[in-house]
Amino acid sequence: MENLDLISILGSTIRLSIPLIFTALAGLFTERAGVFDIGLEGKMLFSAFAAAVAAFMTGSPWLGLLAGITVSVLISLIHGFASITNRGNQIVSGVAINFLASGLTAVLGQAWFSQGGRTPPLAASARFTEIVFPYAAELREMGFFGRFYANVISGHNILTYLAFLAVPAAWWVLYRTRFGLRLRAVGENPGAVDTAGISVTWLRYRATICAGILCGCAGTYLSIAQSAGFVKDMSAGKGYIALAALIFAKWRPVPVMLACLLFGFLDAFANFMQGKSVPGIGEVPVQIFQALPYVLTCVLLAGFIGVARPPKAGGVPYVKER
Amino acid sequence: MSTASVPLPNWITYGLMPFLNLVVAFLISGVVVWFIGENPLEAVKLLLQGALGNGEGIGFTLYYATNFIFTGLSVAVAYHAGLFNIGSEGQAYVGGLGAALASLALDHYVPWYVTMPFAVIGAAIFGAAWALIPAWLQAKRGSHIVITTIMFNFIGAAMMVYLLVHVLIVPGKMAPETRVFLEGGQLPKLDWLIALFGGRLGAAPFNVSFLIALVMCVAVWLLIWRTKLGYEIRTLGASSTAAVYAGIPYVKTVIITMLISGGLAGMMALNPVLGASARLQVEFVGGAGFVGIAVSLMGRSHPLGIVLAAVLFGVLYQGGDALSFDMPKITRDMIVVIQGLVILFAGALEYLFRPAIVRVWQRFGKA
Repeated sequence: MENLDLISILGSTIRLSIPLIFTALAGLFTERAGVFDIGLEGKMLFSAFAAAVAAFMTGSPWLGLLAGITVSVLISLIHGFASITNRGNQIVSGVAINFLASGLTAVLGQAWFSQGGRTPPLAASARFTEIVFPYAAELREMGFFGRFYANVISGHNILTYLAFLAVPAAWWVLYRTRFGLRLRAVGENPGAVDTAGISVTWLRYRATICAGILCGCAGTYLSIAQSAGFVKDMSAGKGYIALAALIFAKWRPVPVMLACLLFGFLDAFANFMQGKSVPGIGEVPVQIFQALPYVLTCVLLAGFIGVARPPKAGGVPYVKER
Repeated sequence: MSTASVPLPNWITYGLMPFLNLVVAFLISGVVVWFIGENPLEAVKLLLQGALGNGEGIGFTLYYATNFIFTGLSVAVAYHAGLFNIGSEGQAYVGGLGAALASLALDHYVPWYVTMPFAVIGAAIFGAAWALIPAWLQAKRGSHIVITTIMFNFIGAAMMVYLLVHVLIVPGKMAPETRVFLEGGQLPKLDWLIALFGGRLGAAPFNVSFLIALVMCVAVWLLIWRTKLGYEIRTLGASSTAAVYAGIPYVKTVIITMLISGGLAGMMALNPVLGASARLQVEFVGGAGFVGIAVSLMGRSHPLGIVLAAVLFGVLYQGGDALSFDMPKITRDMIVVIQGLVILFAGALEYLFRPAIVRVWQRFGKA
């Protein structure tokens, strides 16, 4: 009985972590390039809406994904235009994007579908549905590892596996390519990159585009893989948890994945614990689990679990002439 | 040649540029309204009528504006020190706890004007307390205050929900809220002020908090421009290395500034909690902390500008409410869209027109 619960918690940990992984990786690209990205939440919400609308209109989840990514990249470009080209305040730009996302998706959703900001429910063919690995049904009956294979490894949609592929891909791009080296350099010392004859502006724009693509996957996952349609404000703070995970992981790709899995696990565990009482303590309030990712991140920032050193040029617009 | 370093007269920087940015934000909002199939001009008319057409509308507008003055001041004080307090939302939420505890303790025994100072102090202390740890982390550990205050918004929200659901709830009731305060724990309505101008307040919750907000505007002005601490705060904001070199204590100034900022945010709770609903409810802040960022930016962190910007956002809130009644296709979320556009254009894209204006100025204005 105990094992069965653990397996189901782990299964839902995976499901809850995926949007966090995509979004935190998105933040990894922008923040390593020296652009603060509070607008992750908004980009996720915008792309969730776009994906749901496109999937509903065309009946194809792939076109939904394309729409989600396109919209998210466009929003990233707005963020880039404000904070790179116009040298505006990056935090303010992010806050504006979050407001716009929350408002515009609800207004357009209501105007187009009149269902209180929801999009109409999607048919299974318009969604990314679960992929069942070979022999999952047979192995389900065969002990702990069989169940682990059937419920945790198998039975997710394609975006889930894509997210886990995105982690090594992000690592490879950031640490093994020329683009990645320059991207990390521009987040630490843009002046040096500029002196080397590389455009700081174009490099930072490319970083925000990468972030847009990843956020687009996160939003698409929310609306057409995890659920069957868009619901008003469905990102529900996941963008901020991803931001916390990014800091918790000290801006490195593989720890980002682990931090997202940890926060996803906390979420799954909170759902599981709801209404259950622990012997000796009684019912643990669900709010503790909700606050825990943020508390952990603050404890980390306080310097109790190593030191989190952010990219040096983060949040500072680059001015060429002095 | 770049135009970023060319100086412009104040009336352009503080008048024309914000105005142009606002115009663009409203034009795009108009396009959104037109896009979903309503007449933008008609919408503007309904919005202004709803917000300013009668005493009740004005009362609601000023009620919302009161919230935004507090949070705007909160953001502005921190901004003068070069700190970006994005946690006014959480500080106001926790400040509500301080205000509510004062009312719950005193409303049986004393009239409102005795409760009020305790509620003000309670709200300010609780709000300031919620800014203390992020301030300490910034001052001592160098953790970015934006990140920590965001974290504390969420921690605060979880804590308040827990307290309201498990501790402060009235036994036997379903709604997660405190009991209704008696008259001794409420702030009275300002119906006489509206009546002075020949209007009727009606159901609008416009209350004494508005006057407290105006007092705080004066206090913040005095603090920032007329005291030693204010000078230190502004020096820190201009250049923290220069400030430290000049002997201004960095850690102390950062923490005190954030405590003041958090206290001002906490006082915002007086308006909805003691002035309007007479009880502490879940999510009563409703995004006012984030609107404070926009208000402070548009008001250029000056109390007078903040009052003007807060009234503008009050008009948007109340007018948007009225609009959603009359135009069913436009939901209340339209206000959020307009807010987002205003923050984007007046805040993040504030220099959008600067190069063009500089070119025009250099050609025609300089003579």
